[in-house]
Amino acid sequence: MTNEDCTLHPWEMIDAPAERAHDGHFAAIGIDIGSTTAKIVVFCDRRLVYSCYERHFSQVRPKTLELLTRVRELVGDRPVYVSISGSAGLGLANAADIPFVQEVFATGETVKHLAPETSVVIELGGEDAKVIFFKGGIDERMNGTCAGGTGAFIDQMATLLDVTAEELDELSLRHTRIYPIASRCGVFAKTDIQPLLNQGAAKENIAASIFAAVASQTIAGLAQGRKIDGQVMFLGGPLYYCQGLRAAFIDALHLEKENAVFPDYGRLSVALGAAHYACGLGRYTDMDTLIANVEASTHEKSEAAHTEPLFASEADYESFRERHAKASVKTVFPADYTGNAYVGIDCGSTTTKLVLMGENGELLYAYYHSNRGNPVSIVREQLQEIYDICGDRITVKGSAVTGYGEELIRHAFHIDRGLVETMAHFTAAKYFNPNVDFILDIGGQDIKCFKVKGDAIDSIMLNEACSSGCGSFIETFARSMGYEVNEFARMGLFAKAPVELGTRCTVFMNSSVKQAQKDGATVGDISAGLSRSVVKNAIYKVIRASSAEELGRELVVQGGTFLNDAVLRAFEMEIGCNVIRPQIAGLMGAFGAALFARSLGLERSTTMTAAELSSFTHTSKAATCRGCGNNCHLTINTFAGGERYVSGNKCERGAGMKAPEGADIIPNIHQYKRDRFAALEEKSRDGGRGTLGIPMALGMYELAPLWHALFTELGFYVTFSGPSTRDLYLKGQFSIPSDTACYPAKIMHGHVEQLADRGVNAIFYPCLTYNINEKTGDNHYNCPVVAYYSELLKGNVESVRSTRFLHPYLNINDERQLVKELVNYLNDYVGHFDKGEVKRAVRAGFEAYGKWMADIRREGEAALKWARERGSRIMVLCGRPYHTDPEIGHGIDKLATSLGFAVVTEDSIAGLTSTAPVNVLNQWTYHSRLYAAARYAADNPDVQLVQLVSFGCGIDAITTDEVRSILESHNKLYTQIKIDEITNLGAVTIRLRSLIGALEISEKKQDSHKHSTEGEIAHERA
Amino acid sequence: MSARKKQPVVLSAYSDMPDRVIFTKEMKATHTILLPNMLPRHFKIISRVLNNYGYKTEILTDGLNGDSKTVIDAGLKYVHNDACYPALLVIGQFIAALQSGRYDTNKVALLLSQTGGGCRASNYISLLRKALVKAGFAHVPVISLNFSGLESMPGFKITLPMIPRLMYAILYGDLIMSLMNQCRPYETNKGDAERLADEWSDRLANEMAVIPGKKKAKGALKHKHVLANYRAIIRDFAAIEGVSERRVNPKVRVGVVGEIYVKFSPLGNNDLENFLVSEGAEPVLAGLLDFCMYVVTNNMMDYELYGIGKTRAKIYKIADKFFLNRQKELIEAIQEQPLFDPPTPFDHTRTLARDYVGMGAKMGEGWLLTAEILELIDEGVNSVVITQPFGCLPNHIVGKGMMKPIKENQPDVNLVAIDYDAGATKINQDNRIKLMLANAKK
Repeated sequence: MTNEDCTLHPWEMIDAPAERAHDGHFAAIGIDIGSTTAKIVVFCDRRLVYSCYERHFSQVRPKTLELLTRVRELVGDRPVYVSISGSAGLGLANAADIPFVQEVFATGETVKHLAPETSVVIELGGEDAKVIFFKGGIDERMNGTCAGGTGAFIDQMATLLDVTAEELDELSLRHTRIYPIASRCGVFAKTDIQPLLNQGAAKENIAASIFAAVASQTIAGLAQGRKIDGQVMFLGGPLYYCQGLRAAFIDALHLEKENAVFPDYGRLSVALGAAHYACGLGRYTDMDTLIANVEASTHEKSEAAHTEPLFASEADYESFRERHAKASVKTVFPADYTGNAYVGIDCGSTTTKLVLMGENGELLYAYYHSNRGNPVSIVREQLQEIYDICGDRITVKGSAVTGYGEELIRHAFHIDRGLVETMAHFTAAKYFNPNVDFILDIGGQDIKCFKVKGDAIDSIMLNEACSSGCGSFIETFARSMGYEVNEFARMGLFAKAPVELGTRCTVFMNSSVKQAQKDGATVGDISAGLSRSVVKNAIYKVIRASSAEELGRELVVQGGTFLNDAVLRAFEMEIGCNVIRPQIAGLMGAFGAALFARSLGLERSTTMTAAELSSFTHTSKAATCRGCGNNCHLTINTFAGGERYVSGNKCERGAGMKAPEGADIIPNIHQYKRDRFAALEEKSRDGGRGTLGIPMALGMYELAPLWHALFTELGFYVTFSGPSTRDLYLKGQFSIPSDTACYPAKIMHGHVEQLADRGVNAIFYPCLTYNINEKTGDNHYNCPVVAYYSELLKGNVESVRSTRFLHPYLNINDERQLVKELVNYLNDYVGHFDKGEVKRAVRAGFEAYGKWMADIRREGEAALKWARERGSRIMVLCGRPYHTDPEIGHGIDKLATSLGFAVVTEDSIAGLTSTAPVNVLNQWTYHSRLYAAARYAADNPDVQLVQLVSFGCGIDAITTDEVRSILESHNKLYTQIKIDEITNLGAVTIRLRSLIGALEISEKKQDSHKHSTEGEIAHERA
Repeated sequence: MSARKKQPVVLSAYSDMPDRVIFTKEMKATHTILLPNMLPRHFKIISRVLNNYGYKTEILTDGLNGDSKTVIDAGLKYVHNDACYPALLVIGQFIAALQSGRYDTNKVALLLSQTGGGCRASNYISLLRKALVKAGFAHVPVISLNFSGLESMPGFKITLPMIPRLMYAILYGDLIMSLMNQCRPYETNKGDAERLADEWSDRLANEMAVIPGKKKAKGALKHKHVLANYRAIIRDFAAIEGVSERRVNPKVRVGVVGEIYVKFSPLGNNDLENFLVSEGAEPVLAGLLDFCMYVVTNNMMDYELYGIGKTRAKIYKIADKFFLNRQKELIEAIQEQPLFDPPTPFDHTRTLARDYVGMGAKMGEGWLLTAEILELIDEGVNSVVITQPFGCLPNHIVGKGMMKPIKENQPDVNLVAIDYDAGATKINQDNRIKLMLANAKK
């Protein structure tokens, strides 16, 4: 796919300064050291004599030295113009006194000379993505902090799928469909990919979806509203090698073939620019000096911030090992065992674990392996293996499965029971320490922690999307460096200077690793540093603990990641006390499942027999559910005998199963509100003043009834955008200037685009510093995003310029003031309106709003009554009003009703409690309702609270702790669900099911307590 | 200042937090009040003003001497990791100080400003209290410094005569910071400008540290004396060797705007000003006074836009006029020395953003941030770094959100938005600023 005709020969841009012509004899060298690869171009007498593109495995300085030594002979005694570029070149440039040129600048220079007709350049590297606009004002951009690690991400995904990067590319070319994958960053994308793998989606489709996500992330994050069209040139390693990635970009940008340029110097453009820049500087040297300087720089000491070693001596490590060796289970050779046995399966996000357990808890057989993208075939293999082992001596009396792939595996192999992960882990931990009061499980994808009080799970903390994938990150990183994970861990144990690698997420860690490598950190230092980062993430981000006492006294740690001694040691060091790590740390889920299977006391297990297994087949196919507006992407698995299992659905409908009895009539205030919003427009009428479009997003989920009635009264036909869908989001994605804003804000762009498309006469979204004053807090603000997002829309969404975009600053707490403001504004910007009619309209607006809120409260109370009459569980699914939006709330409310909860919103019950002081400055209207809802849940044993939090919501860092504190003051479980554009509900299901699991245990305990007390009383009487 | 009646503090039945610790009148004599460090030279003078009125205050330097890791670690440990970076640093600095063993924690109090605006910064104080409880310092009182009648402490009060002194502390600080930045890229002997800035801030702080009521104290504030100080400061900076080159061989000027803490604090922005100077650029930062006048303006806007707070608006109007006049004097003093560029008068600055963002956008830095970018462009500074804590809410709108419309009207301007966070790597930040500089120097 080269375009010879539009490129000049690269040497056209290389020339020695005229004043030092050297009789035409000179060399020009451009070096580009990126985050993963080193590139060099060498020109002798204006001819390209050498070029090279190689991975440097973070050996930046030695690699550069090697490259220069290689070209030493070619260059000879010529005067040398040299400059260095690339993010990793920065340190070397200073250390070896070589001129530095910023890489995007260098690319810009190259393209300006070699392909001046280019209008946009897109360059992807290992760490950074860059876009340069040439036409209409040069603009050079690099990705924001969150979206780092493009090339590294592709490598990691290849590792996850257990293929090479080349194979990933080949796979992608054979795709039949694209799955929606979150494009915010690598971590989020991975969160969406993991469940696809576990649901059995085809690797071809996943590979293509990965590339589509990269393209969408790059375009959304960097174009930020500026259109990418005209002649587009693609540069950088990944785009040079991956045909699938190229196709994804062409697709995403809707480019004509002739406008997508992939030059053959694509991966060398920065090095070329550097050589050109060096000539322009006019400063020259000779090869010997250059090589000597680079060599000297390799001896420099690491400057990275570091911490103390994990182990001071081999002896320390030995005693550590001995201590942990005590926590083991009895292993019995299966040939020496006769009797009943139980199968436990843990089909996790990255690994599949199986155990065969004897009647007394002895371990007969264990399996732990990466599921390599196809857990079904692994489980099948392993079950066959188990049957072989069992022979006639051992009878499988029961089986249970847990983990992400629970449903799939249960259906595929007729496993007796499934159980939620948290319960499986708790069961297993109790086996090792009956007094366990804290369990921390770090698996490949998730970090889970449970506090145990009185034999029941007291609180559960699971990581949110941002801090997920820490465990598997160590593994994929180790492999990318060419090590197995054990080997990598061992190197960390005695590292002298573990580096500080930050915590926020693996994207941030990855870029810290790159920096540390450039500063000369060793593989061991990085291994130890990563262990510490993962542990700190778990303690400070997930558990939010600041001392060991907060965790508990009897700690059990488990999960595959803790098999890494470096991680275990880092954890003990961080909390300053010893913990128990069972030797089967990685198998605890499976072991817990086996214990659970044993506790069932089944007569006969339904598990597929050896004979059935031999004729087992499995195929999977993608489809889209049309059951409702959610349009879930389904994966239909078909097993031998035509049995089907459907996954990817958010509710029961798509699965072709019947919803639980009565699920349709369980009250759901979110649904009630949605229906009411959808019906609003029915009351719109044409009053001759034109059409007014209201984007149905953010604060409109609160105030739509007010504005609808107000503007209808004024004579506008009021129409609403929506409904929100992922496609609607994608429609407006290109003009989002800040990718770290929350999804509810970002989706606003799509709503506004849709209204502009519909040709409305005006679009209305006011600026409201203050929200409705419900007199329950210190103040009644909106958050900055809800308040002022229209200012951003005005500046960034070009299509609002084709219509009138009305976004006045208004006071909605004073009718007279509002009338005054509206009269002024409308007369200035819309047309003539007299005070009388505006006054009537404002009155109508407030009446409608008042009635609306009263209806919601009444409906909320009715829901509570309904549930209490039937003894159903009640859930306050709270957050912000806009979490009712099905695309933002991802149908979690429906999931909750399908689990048997009656669902109410915070605004429907906030009036039912008295006010009480809180520990924070309570100055946002929406927050005040949250705190009130939390108090209601605290006071009522039959009410559970689940808080939805949008990723990027800065002020929820304040509310979440406070809501938790309110609930925990009354010994209630606090469940937080972080949501974004991620569509994967797997993690949410685990949370809600864990909640139910914990409730059931505590209810059972209360019952048995009641029974035993009753028993005692009866006994006394007797 | 409004004195809204506050309800007495009671222990909530819905909380596991202990009662709020009161900073009593007695503590004024016994306790050292620790101040976070945002602007070292400004705060030094402010601290002396407070001491002048009977408080014992001390500015923290934890984290500023190559020990930033201690502060960041303490922040990560005790503050919700999704809270913004400045909260993490400010609180981390307090905790690190309390844990350092330098203080008898029964004899210290902490002071933190609180704007009461709609951005989460107003809640730093609650985050701090939570952090103190977690770290075992629940007994340490926290004082809110606010002018909006939020919470008050019996032992701490900003009285009327303190206000002009605090204002002059800010004006002096702004002047020294601005001149220092204008000199550093040109000084022949590295460190001259910084040394002079330290000397002057010490001297001015000492001037402030005289007992009120005594004759000398009045002298310190006498209008003529202040003006004479301005001139002396300007003269001293102009005399630094090499500075005369400023007009002859001007270097690239790079503006810095952003969230107030990461804009100013070297701890927050990885020592951005130094980095720019080392890259041969001249940093340009609008002063702290602008932020104060922005707050004043917002109080007037509340009345203008929403009809809220008529009386308050009147008081603020008087304050506004007073501030503007004081700023004018400072500008005129700088104008006498052709070597230096004076700040833009604030009554002009605040008109600049109108075409981009309404003046009702008042959370965080609000319209001021956009106005500062435009002010810089007006002054001929075509490269601007927009600094923000990772995930800063107001900056989505007034920072990153305004880049496109500004560039549409001013295609030659270089804007780069940089996120600061505990996990963000310096190399990525530096690399982006270098790109901007490469284009600026072209």
